Parts: sequence; C-alpha cells; structure tokens
Amino acid sequence: MEFILEGFRKALQLIFSGNPEIFAIARLSLTVSLAATALAVLAGVPLGSWIAVKKFPLKKLLIALVNTGMGLPPVVAGLVVMLLLARSGPLGFLNWLYTPKGMIVAQFIIALPIITALSVSAMQNVDPKFYNQILALGASERQAVWVCLKEIRLTMVAAVIAGFGRLVAEVGAVMIVGGNIRHQTRMLTTATVMETQMGNFDMAIAIGLVLLAVGFIVNLALTLIQQNKVLAR
Amino acid sequence: MKKIKIFLLLLAVPLFLGCQQPAPRSVVRLATTTSVRDTGLLDMLNEEFQKDGRYTLQAIAVGSGQAMRLGRTGEADILWVHSPDDEVKFIEEGYGTDRTTFLHNDFVILGPAADPARVKGSKKAADAFKKIAAARAPFISRADQSGTHKKELKIWASAGVKPAWELYLEAGQGMAGTLSIAEEKKAYVLADRSTYLSMARNLKLAIVCEGDDLLINRYSLILANPARFPKVNAAGARAYFDFVLSKPVKETIEKFGVEKYGRQLFFYDYAPK
Repeated sequence: MEFILEGFRKALQLIFSGNPEIFAIARLSLTVSLAATALAVLAGVPLGSWIAVKKFPLKKLLIALVNTGMGLPPVVAGLVVMLLLARSGPLGFLNWLYTPKGMIVAQFIIALPIITALSVSAMQNVDPKFYNQILALGASERQAVWVCLKEIRLTMVAAVIAGFGRLVAEVGAVMIVGGNIRHQTRMLTTATVMETQMGNFDMAIAIGLVLLAVGFIVNLALTLIQQNKVLAR
Repeated sequence: MKKIKIFLLLLAVPLFLGCQQPAPRSVVRLATTTSVRDTGLLDMLNEEFQKDGRYTLQAIAVGSGQAMRLGRTGEADILWVHSPDDEVKFIEEGYGTDRTTFLHNDFVILGPAADPARVKGSKKAADAFKKIAAARAPFISRADQSGTHKKELKIWASAGVKPAWELYLEAGQGMAGTLSIAEEKKAYVLADRSTYLSMARNLKLAIVCEGDDLLINRYSLILANPARFPKVNAAGARAYFDFVLSKPVKETIEKFGVEKYGRQLFFYDYAPK
C-alpha cells in the first residue's frame, strides 16, 4: 500500500518540478494524436457524407464494413502499417517506419473508420426532405452537404472527441510502428508500459497522470466549442 | 461556419509541427536488446553518438531474436545482440558482416528469498535448473527468442530437462517485464545481471546461482550486409560500429554503473586501436 502512496508522491514531484522528458513525451503524444485526428476528419467527414447521401449498390455492406472498422484493433493497424512502411515493404522508400510520421499514419487508419461511421449515421439523421429542399433551391450537391454538416456540427464534434480519445489512449499501434525510441517516438502510453515493466512506478504514475490530463484538456476544449454552439442556437 | 473553419485549422496545426525536420541527418537504425536499454547504457552512448549532429540513431530495443529478424529483412543497419549460436548462423547465411564480440557480462539465476526448490549453493547452472524442475517450482521464461531465452533453453538442454510443467510460464516479454512477473509470482527466472541490478531496488528476488561458465553473456556487433541489402545505411552503420569500438566508449562502458549500481555492469573485451 505504501509504495502506491510513495509512487503518487514522487509522481506529483516529477510533474510539478517540470520534468522536461515527461513534457517532451506529452508534446509528442499530443502532436501525433491530434494530427491523426485532423487528417481523419479531413478524409472521414467528406467520405461519410458521401456514403450517406449517395445511392449505390452494396451501400449497406460498405456501411457495415465501416462500422466494423470502428472496432479495428490498434495492434492490427500497427502491424499492417509496419509491414507497409518496412524498408522491404511497398512504401519503404518513404523511410517513415520508427518515426512520428509513421505513427500518424497508423493512428489515422484507426481514427478514419470512427469518424467516417459517425459521419454516416449523423448525416443519415438529417431529414431527407431538408436535403432535397436545399437541392431544389438550386444548391449543388456539395453545397447541400455543407449545409447539412452545419446542422449536425454538434454530433461531428462528438465524433472528433471519440476519435481523439481512442488515439491518445492507444498503445499497440504506436509501439509497433514507433518502436518506443527515446526522444523520438516514445509516447505517453508506450512510456507508461515501459516504466511499469521496469518497476519504476513513480515515473509510470506520473506519465499516467499526464496522459489523463492531456485527454481531459483536449476534451474540455472540444466540449467547450460544442456547448458554446448549443448556447448560440 | 467560421468557427468550424477555425477549429479545423487549429486541428491541422500539429500537422505542421510534426513535419518540422531538423537539418538532414543520416539515420542509422540499430536493433538491439532490452538489457542494453533498460540499464540506461544505450541512452548514454546514443546521446554521445548523436552529439556532432551528423547522425540520428533509431535504436529499437527488442530481444536478440527479433533484432536478428529485423536484420534478416534488411530493416536494421547494425545489430547489437547476444545470441552467439544464432549470430554465427546469421553471418553464414550472408545477412551480416564484421561480427565483433566486444562485451560481456553474466546471467544470474534469481529466485524467491524462501528458495522452495533449495537451489542456493548450486555451483552449476544446470544443477540449479534440475532442482527447479524436480520441485516443479514456478519458473518464468522470456519465451521471446531473445538471447536470454536462447541461453535458458541451452541450460535446460544441458540439464537434460524438458521445461514443461504447470508452473513453467512463458511471458513473451522483455527482461524487465519478465522480472516483474517473476517478482509477483515468487518464481525462479534467468536474467542478465545488468538488468537485474538496474531493477534490484524494486525486487525482492535474490540471486540463487551465479558464476558458472555457462552463464557468461557475450554481446556482439554485426553490420548488415550492404551487398545483400542495398537500402541499408552502410556508412552510418560503420560510423556507429567504429564509435562503439573506440577507446572513449571503452572507458565510458567500464565506468558505467559504478556510481549508480555500485559495480561495473559490462566488461569490455575488445582492444580498440
């Protein structure tokens, strides 16, 4: 019992003494996960909207596939990206394995189905009459989708929160693709695993607390954006 | 509308932060073992190696088995491993060159203080393992094809025991993770002395057998064979090779651990020119 309290005490010391390594690791975690989320939003929202409004064969099957992708195990995404980025793999010329770029790719693949699937279901919740009316008013399809997106923006922020939350907490993919290299690809999650295994519980607790804080701060920011919109209505 | 745009822009900011690249450095990829990382030696040497700004070292700390798998597919430029039999095979099959055995420390057999299998006092590692097997005592194996795992299998073979009983557990993790499991399960375990010492303050496990010749742990450097893998960074790998096999690094390694752990952790066997 005592070692837990001792661990917490030392952890708080580490955090409040501004341990530079912990903060560098936090910065990297934040950068990689935010970048992956941003890319997933840029790709997933248009893709999801397109799937929602278009009629095409096997549409239900595609939606089922995207929904399955929401549960994509990060280690599988990591393995696939590792094989692709390996020097002997098809994208080896990029030299992205064991770099933050590689980790962003892996996390992007994890977030994309989440953002896409949530976009599809949000978009399908928009009354089709509303969509058709906008088209009837002379808007192009793209403009109509944009108007609908503005209607469902609260749900879309929730999608971003879900995607980011998954990524910042994820350890399997970044471990495989990043390699947990100190000062280069060590993330909050992989560092927590390593320090726990080494029995350095103070460091592990400190990094774990920072991980929670990072998640909380980003979600707080997103929630404020979301709720301000609610009030603005 | 405007808010959404600003929000998207904000989301994209880290994208560009992440892309900031330092002046182009030559990236050298080292595949090595967890024991070298967990003691802190790797970090120390790497800082020194990267100091002049010519190289970025990507040190991937995995088991020796996995390190050599990375070598077999040309993913690594240079290997720092400790699995002699596999290394010889690796060279024979043409995957690497310039194998240089330059460093050693030793393995120790650790067990719970109560020593239920009465291993303490065994001079030979094989005898110690026989007693553990006879008592069907808990034993945690790395089971990850690492150098330590290969050594463990070698000791079981020389003890003439097939390790398979209910409490022979396969961890599939690095040395530190395996030691933590052994600590919790009050089990016997084979560990390299340097990782054990670096974690000793968190462990109640004690050494029950040490000093047998069979327990010596030899580390080698191997360069990836550029004739076989044209994509490897041969010049960078050579630079790291020459760096590790230099007088200053010899001195650093010989001093390493004395201050922190009260004794030298690694013994340098190579005579730098």
